[in-house]
Amino acid sequence: MASFKIRISFPEEKIKEPIIYKIGHEFKVVTNIRRADVREKTGWVELELNGDPAEIEKAVESLKTKGVKVEPIERNIIE
Amino acid sequence: MSRKSAVSDILKQKIKGLKCRECGKLYPPVALHVCEFCFGPLEVDYNYDEIRRHISRERIENGPKSLWRYADLLPVEGPPTVGLYAGFTPLIEAKNLGAELGLKKLYIKNDTVNHPTLSFKDRVVAIAITRAMELGFTAVACASTGNLANSVAAHAAEARLRCYVFIPGDLEAGKILGSLIYAPTIVAVEGNYDDVNRLCSEVAGEYDWAFVNINIRPYYAEGSKTLAFETAEQLGWKAPDHVVVPVASGSLLTKIWKGFNELKMLGLIDRVDMRVSGAQAEGCAPVASAFKEGRDFIRPVKPKTIAKSIAIGNPADGYYALKAVHESKGAFETATDEETVEGIKLLARTEGIFAETAGGVTIAVLKKLAQKGIISKEETVVAYVTGNGLKTQEAVINAVDEVVRIDPSLDSF
Ligand SMILES: Cc1ncc(COP(=O)(O)O)c(C=O)c1O
Ligand SMILES: [Zn+2]
Repeated sequence: MASFKIRISFPEEKIKEPIIYKIGHEFKVVTNIRRADVREKTGWVELELNGDPAEIEKAVESLKTKGVKVEPIERNIIE
Repeated sequence: MSRKSAVSDILKQKIKGLKCRECGKLYPPVALHVCEFCFGPLEVDYNYDEIRRHISRERIENGPKSLWRYADLLPVEGPPTVGLYAGFTPLIEAKNLGAELGLKKLYIKNDTVNHPTLSFKDRVVAIAITRAMELGFTAVACASTGNLANSVAAHAAEARLRCYVFIPGDLEAGKILGSLIYAPTIVAVEGNYDDVNRLCSEVAGEYDWAFVNINIRPYYAEGSKTLAFETAEQLGWKAPDHVVVPVASGSLLTKIWKGFNELKMLGLIDRVDMRVSGAQAEGCAPVASAFKEGRDFIRPVKPKTIAKSIAIGNPADGYYALKAVHESKGAFETATDEETVEGIKLLARTEGIFAETAGGVTIAVLKKLAQKGIISKEETVVAYVTGNGLKTQEAVINAVDEVVRIDPSLDSF
């Protein structure tokens, strides 16, 4: 079991889509929302993904194709 | 891998544990860097009452001529096991440069000669790897394009630890050599910068490695305080009036500010009447632009600058660096690529110090702050020059004069 923390930023047109629900169903990952700020036009959610590393990877890849921005909670790590 | 779970008594006396900078939640002093509750960064929580009981100027002055003389204020349990010679670099009174800039009491803290890999990263890595060994790790890792990788690879070799260095797939061969020579495993990740960042976060969560700037970051970052400690001691136990610090992740600046304040809190210096100013490259200035636009949040940027060692577009500690500059009533300035090259040449020509691009940015910013009168003539100023020019020769190769060629005869001369 691995755990990976991400921040998802939503553009206006994606705000209403149940993206987090979807990845929880499409992949074997447990999604756990930890912090969020969702407004009318923009929004972000900080999320913990728990599961098998390969499943987490697939979930992240899939999120990226859904038109939202996905970043690790860690900011830049390359120094 | 066997990992120590019990924390020794010595450490307990000096350190209470880790503490979330945002919500204050406490954690044991293990390899952990984000708060499980609010995702805020964790910081070492010292037992200052205990430290105050035995620390003194004399005790420090009688210590080793390295950053380990400040061990009482560093997050390690026992004696250092690696990086014994890091730190205690020269504080140079820069009379020539001062005269050119109209500053009467200018000093350069010269970390271009840090041991063993010629940048300030030897400080943070000496602490990180000593702590990683105390925690029982047998493998260390980092993601880096330059100075950090050099230092981690060198210290891992000395400590006989397995070492993994992650780099973006398109990095030039020359950049890799300074790490490869120490024979770590270098993993070039095909994909862009963001992909490497994400992969490293995942790897850090998955493998039982000491990732120096991820799960060991709370300890690692504390190493930068020694730049403040040394400066104060070298000035005769005084804080300067103004310091100029290059900013990438923002950790260095944040910790220099913390270091001076710690000395004051412990009564080792009388006061901290000091402004801290940050230097960034114009092509990667997320913190400087937040300062200039009066924002309290950092908007990430895509870096485009020759100062690659400080090109961090989404800095982990940018928010705290910004806060430190505000608290101290300092300022931010930026330097273009041309100004950076001029800065490198100016420092070399006046003081005989060859700095890398981050140093060029710092000197260029120092010059601007002096010209704008933000730094005044009479102030005691310290500029932190944090990396060696021999590592970034490509930046100046076309900006120096040609050699004078002659035949081997006096006539020709
Ligand atoms: C030479 C040099 N100076 C300054 C910095 C900035 O340090 P920080 O990332 O802590 O802001 C770095 C690296 O990040 C560096 O390599
Ligand atoms: Zn917290």
